[in-house]
Amino acid sequence: MKDSGRYEPYSYFQLMEVSLRELLVEKGVVSEDAIAGAMAAMRARGPERGAAMVARAWLDPAYKARMLANGTDAAEELGFEVPGLRLIVVENAPDTHNVIVCTLCSCYPRMLLGIPPEWYKSRPYRSRVVREPRKVLAEFGLKVPAKVRIRVHDSNADMRYMVLPMRPAGTDGWSEERLAALVTRDSLIGVAVPVLPKKSKTRKS
Amino acid sequence: MTVEKMGSVPLYRSGDRVRVRKAAPLGHVRTPFYIRGHAGVVERYCGAFPNPEELAQQRDGLPAQPLYRVRFRQKDVWPGYRGGAADVIEIEIFQHWIEA
Repeated sequence: MKDSGRYEPYSYFQLMEVSLRELLVEKGVVSEDAIAGAMAAMRARGPERGAAMVARAWLDPAYKARMLANGTDAAEELGFEVPGLRLIVVENAPDTHNVIVCTLCSCYPRMLLGIPPEWYKSRPYRSRVVREPRKVLAEFGLKVPAKVRIRVHDSNADMRYMVLPMRPAGTDGWSEERLAALVTRDSLIGVAVPVLPKKSKTRKS
Repeated sequence: MTVEKMGSVPLYRSGDRVRVRKAAPLGHVRTPFYIRGHAGVVERYCGAFPNPEELAQQRDGLPAQPLYRVRFRQKDVWPGYRGGAADVIEIEIFQHWIEA
């Protein structure tokens, strides 16, 4: 609950969650520590795993081919445990840009990208990106040229999705680790593309 | 026996032209309204999964339903779509929501 100092009654689902959790603890099915630990681990997870997969794909064409054929296997190949995940990786190209949404709720490959951002779960994003993707992407600061085809992927059932962005120019010879640092959460959802950090300008005078 | 083996037989293949049923049953339906009644092309077969409409009723969802990714042209889906003619929306459709 918000720490506003004001009393706010539990909502129906909050009450159900608290009741269920307290019962499970009381009956010894799970401990408070285990719940707190799982929540901390979930909060700590970011997009690093997805970024590592992309960096590997940029450097290793055979891995990239395996990743596009079966995303789940490719995640496990790098040692990431993704129980139950059915991952489809979609590849950006000079003539194609991909963007992911779940119009029905907020399906997202949390095992690889962490907790989804608030906007991903918001009604405006979910309802607008399917019908006016170019406008929504422009609002994110991404102008997709008219000649580039946009593929919107609705994650509405059992598959989960991740975008394989294009490797930015000017990264020849970069290490896998350095490449992975370019891959942001938003570029894995498809509302951004990886860009090189701006060179710090030397001030004159 | 895997869930997949207990599933219905997949009737469609990549490249097949299919239409989504236009129906409005009550319940936990994973086929969004915006795509019902539209025609598209099967992009890939994803495997068979327990029927979510049955799972939501505390049943086992078996036989598992074949699931496809179907690709639709945005211009077909949204009247007055502003964007490229090649723009597409791809979405997962269970076999029982497809009419050939």
